[in-house]
Amino acid sequence: MIAAPVQETQWDGIANSDRSLRTFLHGLPGVDRVGADQRAAALATRSIKTDSKAWAIDLAIQMIDLTTLEGADTPGKVKALCAKAIGPDPADQSVPSVAAVCVYNDLVGIAKEALGSSGVHVAAVATAFPSGRASLPVKVADTHDAVAAGADEIDMVIDRGAFLSGRYLQVHDEIVAIKAACTADGHSAHLKVILETGELQTYDSVRRASWLAMLAGADFIKTSTGKIAPAATLPVTLVMLEAVRDFRAATGRQVGVKPAGGIRTTKDAVKYLVLVNETVGAEWLDPEWFRLGASSVLNDLLMQRTKLTTGRYSGPDYFTLD
Amino acid sequence: MTGSRTTFSYSPAPESRAVVDLKPSYGLFIDGDFVDTIDGSAFKTISPSTEEVLAEVTDAGPRDVDRAVAAARKAYDTTWSRLSGRERGKYLFRIARILQERGREFAVLESLDNGKPIKESRDVDIPLAAAHFFYHAGWADKLSYAGYGPAPRPLGVAAQVIPWNFPLLMLAWKIAPALATGNTVVLKPAETTPLTALLFAEVCQQADLPPGVVNIVTGAGPTGQALVEHSDINKVAFTGSTDVGKLIRRSLAGSAKKLTLELGGKGANIVFDDAPIDQAVEGIVRGVFFNQGHVCCAGTRLLVQESVAEEVLDSLKRRLGTLRLGDPLDKNTDIGAINSAEQLVRIRTLSDIGEAEGAGRWSPVCELPERGFWFPPTVFTGVSQAHRIARDEIFGPVLSVLTFRTPSEAVEKANNTPYGLSAGVWTEKGSLILHMAQKLRAGVVWANTFNNFDPASPFGGYKESGFGREGGRHGLEAYLNV
Repeated sequence: MIAAPVQETQWDGIANSDRSLRTFLHGLPGVDRVGADQRAAALATRSIKTDSKAWAIDLAIQMIDLTTLEGADTPGKVKALCAKAIGPDPADQSVPSVAAVCVYNDLVGIAKEALGSSGVHVAAVATAFPSGRASLPVKVADTHDAVAAGADEIDMVIDRGAFLSGRYLQVHDEIVAIKAACTADGHSAHLKVILETGELQTYDSVRRASWLAMLAGADFIKTSTGKIAPAATLPVTLVMLEAVRDFRAATGRQVGVKPAGGIRTTKDAVKYLVLVNETVGAEWLDPEWFRLGASSVLNDLLMQRTKLTTGRYSGPDYFTLD
Repeated sequence: MTGSRTTFSYSPAPESRAVVDLKPSYGLFIDGDFVDTIDGSAFKTISPSTEEVLAEVTDAGPRDVDRAVAAARKAYDTTWSRLSGRERGKYLFRIARILQERGREFAVLESLDNGKPIKESRDVDIPLAAAHFFYHAGWADKLSYAGYGPAPRPLGVAAQVIPWNFPLLMLAWKIAPALATGNTVVLKPAETTPLTALLFAEVCQQADLPPGVVNIVTGAGPTGQALVEHSDINKVAFTGSTDVGKLIRRSLAGSAKKLTLELGGKGANIVFDDAPIDQAVEGIVRGVFFNQGHVCCAGTRLLVQESVAEEVLDSLKRRLGTLRLGDPLDKNTDIGAINSAEQLVRIRTLSDIGEAEGAGRWSPVCELPERGFWFPPTVFTGVSQAHRIARDEIFGPVLSVLTFRTPSEAVEKANNTPYGLSAGVWTEKGSLILHMAQKLRAGVVWANTFNNFDPASPFGGYKESGFGREGGRHGLEAYLNV
């Protein structure tokens, strides 16, 4: 919705200085909070039943980045999570695998080995996650570590302090540097850029940060670390979806979106899929372009899936806790 | 990638009809009871989405109206005007709670009889109707503080005639303030949508409202005429077309009856180039496609600043492509049925005129059901002030798009209409909102939203959109002897 597809040359000057970035980002259409909240709430009333629910549940499972980001994480814990990622329901082989397992970068090797050739990706959080408070060389080294250990995807955090104080160029250049660090030995990891929308607070900032990340080369934009409340919300995800939609219209490049944190039930997950469907459409309804950063939601999805196939609810003890 | 399907199609999710107990035929609600007609006849009410006959309803005659007015007069003299405000408030609170408790029943019945999507009857009509009773229940014992003197008196018997676009909600707008201020009422619902008013009569019984305080007479134009021209009423409140409003005003000339009219509109929705575009597009959709455009305050004229016109139109068209038209009882339906065959003809006629006059007509790809009355969401571009679709109230899902260059041109175009009910302003600039609100001759000016209603906010028109206010402290005046 930037007026017209912008020519390559028109993008050149934008990331030259804080001032040029500010001119561009603050020239984006504003977001009215009340209206965005209303739209997200209206879409959340969609009633997804029977066949469409079954379809949505399977898709949601395939979009999950199964995540453990605790100080107490151990190789054992990560291996168990990987087993669950490959075959989420031991009692039902028809359940698809999740998209990725998301861990801290010292556990990438363990996850990589456990996942083997399953096709499930390993995502590593990097760049002094979750605060992002470190120097650029440290962040780059952090990223190199994860990529060298075999990470398929890097979830970096932006420097929210720099963003909020208007040092847009610094945020931009950091993303560019991390994007460069994602390539090693001819293997290139996908870059997800975490905006930490709970700290940005306004939807205007969310839209600007989304554009900034995309301009700097993000493959995905992601809402949250999960360490700050609020984590992902429907309206924030709506604003980010509008941003990737407009960015593609302007540049031709498609960027993925990942809400993370706070998604606990099948109902929540389905609401996100409806949001995708009615904001950006079917092209984003694919694990390559939309992910759900969550862990506890998986068991609820499995429980609802079993209910749909058998007609009966079973208790939580029939699903594994990993 | 997942199975055979690649798109997210929503399975049917119909709300159950079982909650509604339709009777084969309905009498009139007079003096606390359902009674047979004396000199009337019967007519059928149908579901506009399927043309299925729902029930037979009484077409009340003059003697029926007479009887209803007499019951209201007696109730006014003997009970209602003698009750304290606190006592009246108790009944209104009770009605509000019952409306909430029976909300699903009312929502399903409203969607059946009117054709509007269940998500709107469920999330807008019924909750707002209950809110109007709650709000006015609160006023009942505080009238001394409303600014109309220390002890403002009611008027007496109110004759109320309401339209088919928001049947129960318009009933609430009429009955709640009348009762709160101590009047009794005879209400005539529209002939195509009488059923929720008749169900409301049951609510009055359930709430133990004294007999005669609320009377419901069903029928068409002649019944309404007999009611407003009855010699023993003190107040007429009408919501409907400007043509009928004029007839009523003429017939009341020289009488002592107090009158309020809420009539047609041709609302301008003004989008400036610094507007939050995504939300403005939502507001445009909500402004004109809400309730199939059967909204007197609909934003049927989109005035968009030329510099963003293309961008806004592209977004709007993309958004309209996601609207789901169909079964009003399906919870995922966005656009329901046109209320009647007659209204459908009017929408078609005016749209054809728009095309003939040279405006560009566009609708999203949209399959219309075979039975029932349907019209696709329609956008006319390149519309000028001289086109009839920019002047006449269409009362359907039809948007006329005009452009402007400066704020003063926007004001000029927005005000250049015989109507003056509503307007919308979309801009991130607060001072421009205040400037526009001052210049726009419209009873309601929404800023960065549209078609938002609240019982505390007075609603009403300028010019041919009528006079008098409904809702808020201002709305009380219409029912008080001040």
